[in-house]
Amino acid sequence: MGWLRMTPAELAALKLSLWVSAWAVAASLPVGIFTAWVLARTRFPGKPLLDGLVHLPLVLPPVVIGYLLLVLMGRHGLIGALLDRYLGVVVAFNWKGAVLAAAVMAFPLMVRAVRLSLEAVDPGLEAAARTLGAGPVRVFITITLPLMTPGIITGAILAFARSLGEFGATITFVSNIPGQTQTLPLALYALTQVPEGEAGAARLCLLSIVIAMAALLVSEGLSRRFTRRLRGQR
Amino acid sequence: MITVQVEKKLDAFMIQAGFQAPAKGVTALFGPSGAGKTSIINMVAGLLRPDGGLIQVNGRPLFDSQNGIDLPPEQRRVGYVFQDGRLFPHLSVRANLAYGMRLVPKERRYVELERVVALLGIAHLLERRPATLSGGEKQRVAIGRALLTSPSLLLMDEPLASLDALRKAEVLPFIRRLADAFSLPILYVSHDWEEIEALAANWVVVEAGRVVTPMGSV
Repeated sequence: MGWLRMTPAELAALKLSLWVSAWAVAASLPVGIFTAWVLARTRFPGKPLLDGLVHLPLVLPPVVIGYLLLVLMGRHGLIGALLDRYLGVVVAFNWKGAVLAAAVMAFPLMVRAVRLSLEAVDPGLEAAARTLGAGPVRVFITITLPLMTPGIITGAILAFARSLGEFGATITFVSNIPGQTQTLPLALYALTQVPEGEAGAARLCLLSIVIAMAALLVSEGLSRRFTRRLRGQR
Repeated sequence: MITVQVEKKLDAFMIQAGFQAPAKGVTALFGPSGAGKTSIINMVAGLLRPDGGLIQVNGRPLFDSQNGIDLPPEQRRVGYVFQDGRLFPHLSVRANLAYGMRLVPKERRYVELERVVALLGIAHLLERRPATLSGGEKQRVAIGRALLTSPSLLLMDEPLASLDALRKAEVLPFIRRLADAFSLPILYVSHDWEEIEALAANWVVVEAGRVVTPMGSV
């Protein structure tokens, strides 16, 4: 089983992938919950447009998203230049950019899962909480959010798995720099481009499958457990 | 004295209802299903906004379109027992009961947990989850939860409608005891004349969004 031992470069790619994906989920979860809430509970004229915008990364070629990020968030991009000047934050060609690319690509999956769970929350329970003296914010935190937990877990884990697999937008936006932006899929791609890379590619391929499968199983298990708890079956 | 004078255009019809209820005891809103009874008490609770009118509880305006008053539900001090209970499924019975109570300043509380638990006979349920309760138990907990906010008015929307005859007989005495134990006005919505006879001192008949008999006594 010697061929299963990973090289330091592959290990670095794995670590970077986990790091980038964790950050992508952590950073986009609050935004995702807010967006899901807006889509599920509010009505305003431009709503189909927002809905479409949220779902764009799901249907656009990832390279388009990567290019858009480059144009908007690059060092001389519309938003990137402002970020650099006023906050000193540069996301082009470093791990933060990889986080951004992964977060944007995983966003529709997260919002869908969270929104579904939000739509399953009975507004009657929220109304009951209001009559018990809780203001809207307290109702959201103590009633709505806990009841959404299964969807939030599912959304977070799906987004995490999607982030681990993110390729096109990442390579377009932040390139393929070992130790900086070379995540697991990018390392795998690099290995397929060199003659002696086959064993490494096979290892990373296997690793990707294992991680993705584990994420799906954990997500399913957790959300079942929470649903059971809500039904009082513990 | 409770004063309700509301107008609201709904999809099916127009609600134009006005009545007064005494500051003590059970006043029933009686009428066929779909007459607008629930809409009327939803307006009292602040869950439905009237197009115009006046809602007052013991001189305190909750809604007054002329003076631009429209308190949000959480500031109305109006307890609400829903037809379907609406217990919070992720909280224990104890946490459900305490949910509203904890939000009331201590000096305004006139109802204590122990007293409500004893009155409603739910001491053995406190650590359970709502999903494991029977229909009658759920409604008793829902009544307790609303009562523990120390409301100045209690609304009950067909609290027995989802229960079978046996369960009804189980909960009914608790509601009757409630009106006596806490001298608190209760607006009780029902389409069941027997319930009203068993509970209410006064009644108002609602039909197609209008009060057709302003006030009678059983």
